[in-house]
Amino acid sequence: MTKARRSLVPYALLTPGLAWLVVFFAIPLFYMAQISLKEGTVDTGYEFTWHFQTYVDAISNYRVQLLRSFEYAGLSTLISLLVGYPLAYAIAFRGGRYRNALLLVVILPFFTTYLVRTLSWQTILDDDGIVVNVLQGVGLLGPDGRLLATTSAVVAGITYNFLPFMILPLYAALERIDPRMLEAAYDLYSKRRDVVMRVVVPMSAPGIVAGVLLTFIPAAGDFVNAELLGTPRQAMIGNVIQSRYLEITDYPTAAALSFILMLLILVLVLLYARFVGTETLTGAEEAPA
Amino acid sequence: MRRTGRALLDQALNVYSGLVLAYLMLPIAIILLFSFNDTKSRFNFVWQGFTLKSWKNPFAFADLTDALVTSIQVAVISTIVATIIGTLMALALVRYQFRGRAPINFFIFIPLATPEVVLGASLLSLFISVGFARGLTTILIAHVMFNISFVVVTVRSRLIGFDRSLEEAAQDLGANGTQTFLRVTLPLIAPGVLAAALLAFALSIDDFVITNFNAGSTVTYPLYIWGAARVSIPPQVNVLAAMIFVFTLAMMLLTVWQQRRAERMSAVRPEPELT
Repeated sequence: MTKARRSLVPYALLTPGLAWLVVFFAIPLFYMAQISLKEGTVDTGYEFTWHFQTYVDAISNYRVQLLRSFEYAGLSTLISLLVGYPLAYAIAFRGGRYRNALLLVVILPFFTTYLVRTLSWQTILDDDGIVVNVLQGVGLLGPDGRLLATTSAVVAGITYNFLPFMILPLYAALERIDPRMLEAAYDLYSKRRDVVMRVVVPMSAPGIVAGVLLTFIPAAGDFVNAELLGTPRQAMIGNVIQSRYLEITDYPTAAALSFILMLLILVLVLLYARFVGTETLTGAEEAPA
Repeated sequence: MRRTGRALLDQALNVYSGLVLAYLMLPIAIILLFSFNDTKSRFNFVWQGFTLKSWKNPFAFADLTDALVTSIQVAVISTIVATIIGTLMALALVRYQFRGRAPINFFIFIPLATPEVVLGASLLSLFISVGFARGLTTILIAHVMFNISFVVVTVRSRLIGFDRSLEEAAQDLGANGTQTFLRVTLPLIAPGVLAAALLAFALSIDDFVITNFNAGSTVTYPLYIWGAARVSIPPQVNVLAAMIFVFTLAMMLLTVWQQRRAERMSAVRPEPELT
């Protein structure tokens, strides 16, 4: 092959995929931006009028759901980190030959359908279910107390569904730590707590960053858990976008809210990117030889 | 004293890990258990006794079965398309130095950092704006779209440790570009491609949010469940979920086994002498 032709090879390989992503990911964002600036209804038709008021109205009307989404997502992410870190640590440093088997258990929930998994929590938390009966029996829950249709149920559902997204990157980062580093710290008379806080946690920082993003992003946009485990009082921004788009067909508001959600998340991701570097974030640090 | 303290902490960590793993498994156990529930109501939330009824007639509900068949079709087609397209992209990104590589890497990453509800809503905006009827085609378009980035990321991570000298050896021995790719490159990257395909299949068959926006009147398995959740859920939903679970698990174990075998074989092969 001549040099000129050879230099075109990467572009040829990239073309089908890039074309697909441009046409079905990037261009749709432009159309959604256009719709968000239109005025009208589904019956009378929409007209493009640079109607930025939709954004103002959307934020003022749905501020509660927006804030709630970030609150639930933040809470779930924090709980996932606290619950997942010790497990990831245990698998990485004490898993031995069972490491892969234990990791398989962590991702097993993904082998069942997301909706069925969430419905399964409906069964577990049901008003006549074992958990509620036991909690009522020991007096932790009043006779009319419920677990379903509460904020706790929604946050617990989100946490459960995205926990593996937290554990996997944590494990990947912890697994790279050379156990000799820990031995060295112990040899230098570090206390166990210092070894964890000053050696293990800082060295696993990339895993924490990745895990937080992978958990937070889907959690902030989720509407399945709020719908199946909560009530309208737990509605998140995803629920609003979904019903505005598909049930009420108020396209401009739904489109504007999608953008607001995406921009807020993008801002958070970019802040993270500045903090850790884009290459670590996209996992593309290795350059070709 | 310090030693017993440490042993106690280790023990606590083990118990804790066991509990978290049990928590992860609990809903799966419930799904399996309730596929045997002899339910008398429209819903399947309260245990009413053991029966094999639903397992004997897993396909008793035609709508549910049709939905599952649609899901499998979508998953197979979108996995094949996304895996081919994504593998080509990963090859370009890892093996060539060219202008625009960094921004393209970032562009491929953005869909992964976008909530599904936004991906679904924006694609719907496109279809509404250009007046494209929603149905099986739009579901396929959507599934290929969200799977491409996952395939690229998965294949790329396997390609990074790839030994180029094997390809050079093949070419030194007279193989042309196509032969080298088919006989050397492809077999070597096959485990990564297979892992990516498996991931794409699992993501596709499970996708609800993006599909919900772009399905029109076509019903996939997750969409059926979403509709049924408000009306009536037959235990067959659990039976089919159990089947998908066992099938995906088997595929996963098969891939792992195949990879181990490939690694063993490459470990036996004598190191090519270079320089």
